[in-house]
Order: sequence, then structure tokens, then C-alpha cells
Amino acid sequence: MRLHSGAWWLWALGLATAASRTTNPLMLGLILAVAGVVVVTCRATTPWAGTYGVFLKFGLLVIALRVLLHVFLGGVAGPTTLFTLPQAPLPHWAQGIRIGGPVTAEGLVFALYQGLLLATILSCVGAANALANPKRLLRSLPAALYEVSVAVVVALTVAPQLVASARSVRRARQLRGDTARGARAIRTMLVPVLEDALERSLVLAASMDSRGYGRTAGISKRDRVLTGALVLAGLFGFCIGMYGLLADAYSGWPLLVVGAVLAIAGLRVGARRVPRTRYRPDRWTVKAAGVALSGIAGAVVLVFSGDPALSPTTVPLQAPEFPVLPALAVLVALLPVVIVREA
Amino acid sequence: MIRFEDVTITYAERPVLADISVEIPEGELCLVVGRTGSGKSTFLRAINGLVPHFSGGTLAGRVLVDGRDTARFPPRELADVVGFVGQDPVAGFVADNVEDELAYSMESLGLPGDVMRKRVEETLDLLGLAQLRDRPLATLSGGQQQRVAIGAALTAHPRVLVLDEPTSALDPGAAEDVLAAVQRLVHDLGMTVVIAEHRLERVAQYADRALLLPQGEIGEVGEILAAAPVAPPVVRLAQVAGWSPVPVSVRDARRHATSLRERLPEPATTMPAPVEPVLEARDIVVKYGDVRAVQGVSLDIGAGERVAVMGRNGSGKSSLLWAVQGSGKRTSGTVSVGGTDPRALKPAERRRTVALVPQQPSDLLYLETVAEECAQADAETGQPAGTCRKVLEGLASVPQDTHPRDLSEGQRLALVLAVMLTGAPDVLLLDEPTRGLDYPAKEALASLLKNLGSAVVLATHDVEFVAEYATRVIVMAEGEVVADGPAREVVTSSPIFAPQVSKILGPWLTVADVEAAL
Repeated sequence: MRLHSGAWWLWALGLATAASRTTNPLMLGLILAVAGVVVVTCRATTPWAGTYGVFLKFGLLVIALRVLLHVFLGGVAGPTTLFTLPQAPLPHWAQGIRIGGPVTAEGLVFALYQGLLLATILSCVGAANALANPKRLLRSLPAALYEVSVAVVVALTVAPQLVASARSVRRARQLRGDTARGARAIRTMLVPVLEDALERSLVLAASMDSRGYGRTAGISKRDRVLTGALVLAGLFGFCIGMYGLLADAYSGWPLLVVGAVLAIAGLRVGARRVPRTRYRPDRWTVKAAGVALSGIAGAVVLVFSGDPALSPTTVPLQAPEFPVLPALAVLVALLPVVIVREA
Repeated sequence: MIRFEDVTITYAERPVLADISVEIPEGELCLVVGRTGSGKSTFLRAINGLVPHFSGGTLAGRVLVDGRDTARFPPRELADVVGFVGQDPVAGFVADNVEDELAYSMESLGLPGDVMRKRVEETLDLLGLAQLRDRPLATLSGGQQQRVAIGAALTAHPRVLVLDEPTSALDPGAAEDVLAAVQRLVHDLGMTVVIAEHRLERVAQYADRALLLPQGEIGEVGEILAAAPVAPPVVRLAQVAGWSPVPVSVRDARRHATSLRERLPEPATTMPAPVEPVLEARDIVVKYGDVRAVQGVSLDIGAGERVAVMGRNGSGKSSLLWAVQGSGKRTSGTVSVGGTDPRALKPAERRRTVALVPQQPSDLLYLETVAEECAQADAETGQPAGTCRKVLEGLASVPQDTHPRDLSEGQRLALVLAVMLTGAPDVLLLDEPTRGLDYPAKEALASLLKNLGSAVVLATHDVEFVAEYATRVIVMAEGEVVADGPAREVVTSSPIFAPQVSKILGPWLTVADVEAAL
């Protein structure tokens, strides 16, 4: 029995939210470990299950970039100077920005913590990606968004196809003995790859058309326009609400609520007019809810916990302490291992 | 079931089909035949309204399918009546695993969940896909993908199924699986099926009637094929031997063949003279991750030899060609052409030693006109200007100012061959060269390759082409060579790789040989 893909994404977003609330390397390491254990024990043998490793590597790259940026651009200063880079003189209007200069142990540790934070969030997304097919999640969208979701699913396949087609064209180019570089090489690659992509998308469009995509079967034009308008207005309202919330924590709430109500109403009315059904839709089960909640638990505790150990000070340098209660909350996210075993 | 009334289809003032009036009754398997460019695909696409709703162009006259006029019903509104499977099933896949792909058309039609589940199970059983239900589509073999594409069209329970070249890309075994499934639909479900196919030797025997394009004549399969410019060897043999009515299956032909067999002498068997090898490959291994695509293959290719490499889809034929040429992956093993390993050469020199025409010849073309491509080929190989053009003129008549994409399959292949031959390679490797070619184009290719100076190695599924052309056949399975010998011995000893003439007359391979002996 397959769990609802949404459950895995909620679980992972919960972990990611928890990670975003702390720079304590012990906590971040714990979250990384929890996500890793769950991925290794719960993932199915699917082609996208292998993407977890890619996300981890990407995380390492992010840490390296963050540290490098700190070395060159500075930021947090401290008393322990490790070494000093030659500093580039900048005009006075660029005050506050420096290139080069002293590199301190405190600053380096701070950059490392921040890099680790980003890498942990990435690994949570990677975990969700490995545990649940993102396309499957799109298929769980409301029926009124059916056509949009199919279009997105199709668009998601374009990138790997472009890579495959570029590879085969590059191989073919070798056969011709054409080792041109620079602008000419781009041209000789681009033309066949784009032609191929265009041709493929036409074939796909023809195939989808012949299989009933965009079918209106007996719905009047007026109804279709109304559905479209409602859905669009709803989504628009929702977006404005989200924006308001991000811009100003309190005045955003009423906007968000109005937007959400509009969106849900639009999707509801829309869904009644869409003559489409879903094959074996993912269903919310107790187990799925358990998985989602186990991830969210950590996030809730970390958001409301005022434990100072969550953000260890780097000036002066201190060994990070271990916040016990938040750590226990994060460990709850291991529950899926038990839940999925039983399933 | 399907009625074309005085249909004329024009693209940009150029008529593709003119005055076609045809009626295909319910429950019939109709084979559409004609040369490349005779409008077969256009005819098929007109049945579900893709022409002209999707493709543009103008359609005069009327096309009625199950009483619905395609002028008023676009393809999506005909999805419950016509199932359409295009030439490249992979490009038409929407979902990423078998079950979801099968369900896609039903979701569009808005069928309730329990009906969908029932039909998916039925279709999985009908097409023998039950073991593959959870598999990602990309990991299936060509034959399995083709069956999934057919299944995906079937779940909507259409009354008409339209198949455009369903077996062209498949090996003989997979093609038989697909056609057996199609025949079951016609016999058991009374479905009307319309098929266009270049490899007539595979499908002709299953058809009830044939439609010849561009004339628009419809009738008995044997009669139509005998009059058509394209016909499988069995029909050509019947014409040579004067059998009537013209048989279309090997089984029918055998009944006529007793007297012919008595009249024929023993075929002259010439032992091939041993030749100096131009290419020596030793212990070639190609590994992709854990998959061993080629497992220790050794071969010698002699000067002037014409070698066909056969085997199932995925048996390692392409990997072997690419490894031998040197541009593809080679995990271990050695290749020597006149003492040098082509892999050690620069790509430009490599193609002058061993040239490879890949499965998608169009990947090699990127300029706007044929003339530019030819000039580029001269420049790449350092030959005097006009060399490629001269080679091309010797191969086929190809207009110089056309865009390569606008050429027919045969013309495009000729252009790519000319581009590769400009470098005068010692060995020419071809990967599936006969895909998309009709019989006259294949004959032209065979005679053209016979007149080349270089040794030729080609990977193909086309048993008739091999019988016509190859002097030596290598059969691969699971990355290993399982048979290697003179063409006659290898193909006649295998039921899957035997050409039609040999199935009828034993030791003979081609109609031309039989004709010459009579």
C-alpha cells in the first residue's frame, strides 16, 4: 500500500522548517541523520529514489560555497584572526562591503553553521523527492486544476529529455569528426536539439489530443469561462494573501484567509464542472496522517521553543550545547520507519 | 464504420490525398499500403481528426467515423471512438508507469474509478502486460512499450484502432507479439483496425483487406499488393511463379510451391574466399553501470565483406558498433584498423577510418540546406570541394536547396551516407538503416551498398534486407555472439531470422535469385 505523496512532503517540510529554526550543528546533524535513516529504510525501488544522493552532493557544494563566500567577502568579525587576505580598496559609497581582508575563526564557524543549515533543508527536500514521486503529488491536485497539472507533469519530463537529446547529438557530432568549439559548437548542438524537442512536443501534443486531453464533452462555453475565471480569481487571491503574510506577519492573515476562501470556492465550483476522474487517487489514511504529523511535530516544538542552545553564539566561540527537548521532538520524525514497516 | 467521401487533403496548395472514397466496415483489419510519402500517415490521422484539426491544411469532402463527422469533432471529442497510436510510442507517453499510462485516456473521458480499475486489469491481461504493471515506462523494451501504447488507446474502449507503423522499430519476435495482440482484438472484440506498415511481410497475412494509396483502391490483400509498388517477397514470388490467387502468407504460398520446388535446381553455394581482415576487434566489453551490454565479442571484418548483425532489441548490437567505431563507450578490448585503434585517433581522422551512421541519422545534420551540408562535409574531411555532392548524386537524386528536415527518410539517409562516405572510410557501420524505408528504397540502398569499396557492417532487424544484401550474418544475444557465418546458413537455420522465400522454398533466400534460376 502506497502512502499519500502529500504525507511524505508534509513530513519533509516539517523537518525542513525545524532545520530553519536552528543553527546548532548538533541539531542539524540530527535532522540530517533522521532524514537519511528514513530515506534508506522507507524508499521504494523507483527511478527517482536515487535522487537523494544528488541532493546530498548539492548540499556539500552549498556548504563549500557559503564558506568561500565568507572567506572572500567577510561578514562576521571576531577576535581570532586566522589569516589575512589582501583587501581590495572599494569607493566609500560601497561602505560595509569588503573584498578580502582578515578571516576569523568565529566568522568561519558562523559560515559553516549557515551552510550546514541550507544543506540540511536541501536534504529534506531531497528526502521527500526520493520517498514520493513529485509527479504523483501533482496528480493529487484538485480536479479543476487537472489540465494545469498534466501540463506541469509533461513539462517536468522536458529537462531530462533535453539532456538525453543533447547527449545523442554530441555523440553524433563526434561521428562527423566535428570538434568545433565556441559559438559554432553551440549552433551545431542547438539546432538539432531544439528541432528534436519541438518535434517531440508536437508528437506528444497530438497523442494527448487523440486521447481526450482538453475534452469538453457537452459543457457549454459559458460554464467553461465561469470555471476558469473562478479558479484564476481564487488562486490570485491566495497569492496576494501569501504575499501579505510574508511582507507583514499580521496584516497578511486576513488577506490570506480571504484568498484561501476564494480559491477553495473557485476550485470547488470548478471541480463540479470538470468531466474528469482520477485513477486510483492517493487516499489519506491514518498512517499517512501519522507520517505527516511525525514530521510536523519537530517543527512545532522548534518554532515555539525559546531554548538558547538552538542558536549557539559564535562570538566568542563556544562548543554548541545539546538542546534536549527539541532533539526529542526531531527524533519523533523517525516514526515513519515503524509505520511503513507495518504497512 | 469509417467512411471517406471524396476526401482531398491539401497542405500549402499541395494535395497529399486526392478524391479518396473508401468505406471500411466494422470488425475489419485494413492494411494501408503505399510508397513513402503517398499519404499513409495523413490518411490515418484523418480518421481521428488530427488532420486537419491538429496538423493544419484543408480537408475537402467528408470523413465519418461511427457516424461522427470529423469536421465537427476534434480528436479529443473522438477519443471514445478512435484509439490512435503514432509511429513513436515513447514520445506519446504522458504518465511514467504502465498502470497510469493505461488509465490516462479514461481519466480524460471521466470514467468512474471502479470502471477504470476493471478495464486496466482487462487490458493488462489482454496484452500480456500484467507483470509490468508498476514498471516505469522508460525501462521497458520496444515491444513492451508498443503494447503499452496500444493498451493505453484500448482502455477507452474505442470502436476503431489506428496504428501507424506499429512494428517498424521492433525485432521480429517483439513484432509477432504485438501483431498477435492486435489480431486478438479483431477476432475477440470485433474491433475495426487500420494499420500502416512498411514491413508488409510481417502484417500482410493478418489483414482482411488492403487500401492502396495514393490511388485509394481497396480490395483483396493479395490483388492490391500484386499491383502495388510495395509488396512483401511472398507476393513477388507468386508473381514470378505465376500463382493465382496471389497468396499473402507463407502458409498459403507453400501449398503452391511444390511444383516450383521441383523446377528449381540446387542453389549454387559458393564458399566465400578468405579475405584479408581490415578490422580486427578482440574481446570487446561494454558496461553501463552493472549492465554488461557487450560481453567479450571478437570479430574480424574482411575487405568488401557485407556483415549484418542481428538480435533482439537490447542485445548489444548498437553498443558493439559504437565501441568498434571508437566514439562510444568501450570498457575493455582492442580494435585495430590497419594497425591503429580508431579510439586513439582524433574524431576527424577516426571517421575517415571507420564511419558510423547512427540510428537517428538526422542527428548528424544541422545546416539549412543540402548544399551547405555537402560543403561542410568536404571541409570536415579535407576533400576537394564538390566531393560530397558527387557522392550524393551517385546515391540518389536529392534537391540541393532543400532543408534536410524536409527530405523523405530515404533521401535523408542518402544524404547522411554521402556525408559519411566523403571521408572514404575503410569500414562503414550502419545502425538500423532500413527503418522508414519502403521496398524500392531498400532495394536502392542494397545495390548502393553493394557497390561500395569499403567493408560494411550493419545492425538490423530487417530479415528480408539481410537476405537481399548481407554475405555474412552475426547473431547476438545478451551481449554475446551466438552465431556467425555465411548469410545463407545462419538465416535459414533460424525460424525467427529466416526470410519469407526461404520459409517457402528452403535453401533460396531472395526472389531475384529464384527468378534468375528459372
